Amino acid sequence: MIPAAFDYYRPKDMEAVLSILAEHGDDARVMAGGHSLIPMMKLRMADVPHLIDLQDVPDLSDIVVSADSIKIGAMVTQADLIDHAGLTKAAPILREAALQIADPQVRYMGTIGGNVANGDPGNDMPGLMQCLDATFHLVGPDGARDVAARDFYEAAYMTDREDDEVLTGVTIPTPQGGYAYEKQKRKIGDYATAAAAVQIVKDGDTCTFASVAMTNLSDTPIYSADAVDALVGTKVDDAAIKAAIAAMLDDIDPSEDNRGPVAFKNHVAGVILRRTIERAWSRA
Amino acid sequence: MSNKKHIKLNVNGKEEEFLAEPRELLIYTLRERLNITGPHIGCETSHCGACTVTINGKSIKSCTMYTVQAEGKDVTTIEGIGGPDDLHPLQEAFKEHHGLQCGYCTPGMITRATKLLEENPNPTEEEIRFGMAGNICRCTGYQNIVKSIQAAATEMNAAKEAAE
Repeated sequence: MIPAAFDYYRPKDMEAVLSILAEHGDDARVMAGGHSLIPMMKLRMADVPHLIDLQDVPDLSDIVVSADSIKIGAMVTQADLIDHAGLTKAAPILREAALQIADPQVRYMGTIGGNVANGDPGNDMPGLMQCLDATFHLVGPDGARDVAARDFYEAAYMTDREDDEVLTGVTIPTPQGGYAYEKQKRKIGDYATAAAAVQIVKDGDTCTFASVAMTNLSDTPIYSADAVDALVGTKVDDAAIKAAIAAMLDDIDPSEDNRGPVAFKNHVAGVILRRTIERAWSRA
Repeated sequence: MSNKKHIKLNVNGKEEEFLAEPRELLIYTLRERLNITGPHIGCETSHCGACTVTINGKSIKSCTMYTVQAEGKDVTTIEGIGGPDDLHPLQEAFKEHHGLQCGYCTPGMITRATKLLEENPNPTEEEIRFGMAGNICRCTGYQNIVKSIQAAATEMNAAKEAAE
């Protein structure tokens, strides 16, 4: 599988990246780890006449854990996320999710920036970022701007990012309470049949805060505000979990594919969300 | 092609220098340009791991990296790990414990396993299976691959202890 010919650039700073993007418009694409883009180029499903490799652009690979927020550069790999002790202490859900992405070789290359910017509904980080209420940082010809993860995704591979913008990193408020990321997949390296991210806070025996997001069950990740409402103020008993699952099922819109028909996906989504809530609650 | 790039790579300790189109994938550079045929082409879709090499200390599927991306980096293939006259303990263990049958996945398996044992010199069975999850074998059912890696770990740890 040989991709179509392209010009390759490895600029040394973001200014140079932006000027190549400005010159070539949507004929140019930036590449982080390349483990989504290169396979698409090899299949000739992505046509990229001008490929911009970000590996030499400085300041995109930092993980900064502060008292109330965590900033992660776009070029931080899944392997970096897994190995960072401070990050795992502050936001263990990131490590739990990253360990369920792809396989070791792919995790050395695959980045958080590529994962969230690509807009593939199968990617795990977009749903997780919505659960954590992350902010995405973009830079373009008109300067920098921030977009909430919950507002970023428009449709499959369609995001709020413009063609001449680059996603440089994400910031998440330090998560509170119990957490879980559960993913049902057919095999190692597969995308989710259904996956769920949950953060939940317990005060006494009552849930005072929750966040619920689902992966690969619509053409975008789904943050389910109604599922959150079904949990907050309850003791997260069976009735509350059932109500949260029903609310989530109203929000998702899975389509039939080689992972199964719609009814099966709804069923798996329910099973996965129950497991995720129960495990997060047990850790809260 | 006018857009060829001048590329320098260190492969198994040897400096290589050539011109290549940006679309040339590393696995083809290794196999067809440099005649380093240990890394194999299995699925060519970054699933099977037969093309695994080590680049600057990371296990990478060389079917999913353009050679230009590796410009200036160190590449290690199975040829750089051990040869017929000086088998690496992992190669010895795979031979001893029947960690292969047809052998197609073996260069990728062993190359990946060297990194796994570097990062975790005493892996449990579960850790081996998780750490080798990017490499597919269709012959062995994996049991003997796990055994081989465990045996190599024991051997390598003993050798390290003896040296200290």
